[in-house]
Amino acid sequence: MSVVAEDRYLKNLLQGQSQLSASPLKRLNQLRSNAVNRVNALKLPTKNDEEWRFTDISPLTKVSFQPVRVASPFQSSDAEQFYLTETVTRLVFIDGIYAPHLSTQIAKTSKNSGVMVSSLTAASSEDLAAIESHLGYHTELQDNIFAALNTAFLHEGALIIVPRNISVETPVHLLFIATQKEASSHPRCLLIAEPGSRVTVIEDYVTLQEETYITNTVAEFVLADSAHVNHIRIQRDSKEAFHMANCSVSLARESRYQSVSVTFGARISRYNLNVLLKGEGAECTADGLALISNRQLADTHASIDHIKPHCTSHQLHKCIIDDAAHAVFNGKIIVRPGAQLTNSTQSNRNLLLTSKARIDTKPQLEIFADDVKCAHGATVGQLDNEEIFYLKSRGLSEITARNLLTYAFGAEVIERIPIASLKFRLEQAVHEQTQRD
Amino acid sequence: MIYQNSKTLLKIRGLCATVNNNEILKGINLTVKTGEIHAIMGTNGSGKSTLAKVLAGHTDYEITDGTVDFEGKSLLDLAPEERARAGIFLGFQYPIEIPGVANNQFLRLAYNTAQVQQNKDELDPLEFDDLVREKMRLLEMNPDFLDRSVNENFSGGEKKRNEILQMSLLNPKIAILDETDSGLDIDALKIVSNGVNQLANKDNATILVTHYQRMLNYIVPDYVHVMESGRIVKTGGKELALDLEKHGYDWVNIEKTAAVGT
Repeated sequence: MSVVAEDRYLKNLLQGQSQLSASPLKRLNQLRSNAVNRVNALKLPTKNDEEWRFTDISPLTKVSFQPVRVASPFQSSDAEQFYLTETVTRLVFIDGIYAPHLSTQIAKTSKNSGVMVSSLTAASSEDLAAIESHLGYHTELQDNIFAALNTAFLHEGALIIVPRNISVETPVHLLFIATQKEASSHPRCLLIAEPGSRVTVIEDYVTLQEETYITNTVAEFVLADSAHVNHIRIQRDSKEAFHMANCSVSLARESRYQSVSVTFGARISRYNLNVLLKGEGAECTADGLALISNRQLADTHASIDHIKPHCTSHQLHKCIIDDAAHAVFNGKIIVRPGAQLTNSTQSNRNLLLTSKARIDTKPQLEIFADDVKCAHGATVGQLDNEEIFYLKSRGLSEITARNLLTYAFGAEVIERIPIASLKFRLEQAVHEQTQRD
Repeated sequence: MIYQNSKTLLKIRGLCATVNNNEILKGINLTVKTGEIHAIMGTNGSGKSTLAKVLAGHTDYEITDGTVDFEGKSLLDLAPEERARAGIFLGFQYPIEIPGVANNQFLRLAYNTAQVQQNKDELDPLEFDDLVREKMRLLEMNPDFLDRSVNENFSGGEKKRNEILQMSLLNPKIAILDETDSGLDIDALKIVSNGVNQLANKDNATILVTHYQRMLNYIVPDYVHVMESGRIVKTGGKELALDLEKHGYDWVNIEKTAAVGT
């Protein structure tokens, strides 16, 4: 029976969990044991589950993954290719294990106004209260097997705390490098942006080789009143890998969350973005690009939940789908009773480059307030003939025109990344993947 | 301007075209020589914009009859990009917005394609930047437009200026400007007209497609043609545009009916 096989499979995925040493953080130990219970109670989702209707993750069960206990021998020169010139502060994780020798963490000092960027295990006693009150509170484990698995393995992770009214001038780079075959890693991020603070965070998943492994991430972003956070998420895992991700964002009054998420990698990837607009006047921009080919599957599920009035949210999610690749988009905008004067837009645009490419898209609006402005829609298509004609009428050949428009389709999202060197690199990557002879 | 012994650039004979089996052009005859400025006027639906697009090679239209010679060779056999490289330029009535393509990148690509065609050197980004900024000054365009996406969120007037900027870079033999005056306020109209006038010389030609006479106050045509129901029904000098402005397009019909009656 497949159910039994799945249960056993989840047990396998939990291997090594019990060897984790107890954390000095009481909250963390509690979270872990609750999560283990959830993993034991849950099953791997199948296409019969509504939330996984279009995403078949059964290929996952054909591989036996193990957490890495010993960090692989790793040259710092191997990591340098991923560094960004604009960033000073960087946390590097190799196969999920924190690599202090490659990282430039910031410990709390009076000099840096109390900004904290470090591994969770290095948190100072002053930060414990903040961690205790936020870690794990923003991520729903009840029916989410991957978030539960991540939490079961919670011990290290990236911790960013930006104190009241402090702006962190340079972006913080969280770099997760996969190096080992059949390894499982469970990266974790917690960002606490205190009132009036500002920070840009780059969450970056990369690999050194095209191996099969699983990266299973959970990120929690907590924005207090008037905090501004820029979140850039780049998933360039191996094309053979599995990438499961949950990101929960909590927005207090007048706070602003702007994110760009780029998906290039993984054989099968799933990104759940859950944004709660919990305070009046909060703003959220969540843009995304998936550029996939061959037999890749990239699934994005976004839920943007307007709880309080006067909030705005804008989402543009684009997919360029080549060969027999398959993209899934499920975007839900919820406007709760009383969330009057909500202004929300959501657009999913898809470019299919072949007849075998596939998109399943489901934008949804659930509105329970009467004075709101909401618009959503999805388009699926090939390149626009009028645009091609316009370029040809300027002397560009058919193929040049098509290449340029395909590139531009992706570049529209990349352009929104506020970090020049990263933008340039990603534009190059889009350019290389979209050019035909 | 009409020059003696000028060359024939464009010769259209009996041109008929359909879109979705509807006949839009029903036998167009038109000859354009170097140095000349022609205005094609007519009401909405008369076929004047279709003529412009057919000349540029838009694939929505099927040519059912007639010939178009450009410098003695058949234009209808050429793909749109080949026509552009041969020296045909269409200024769009509704220039297309292309999010994600920087205007300077697009302009340089188009410019260098034309350079290669003419066996001239391509310009690198720095060299091109100098050139394009100089051309932009002529059109009083803000250099910020170089870094923005092609036509994206440009106002109507900015889009039209961007069309004329492309024309100035590509230096075509025939510029067909489709309703370039629409959406322009009076200042922008003067600037755009000034740009077109500066580009006109004895070796090239301009065809202005327009509904209204007002642009012709700034760009003085040598010939004015009136189109109706897919044909050119009247041709005259610049004064014809003034008559149209005064009496309206119905006046042409009355004149035509009267002419048929006698």
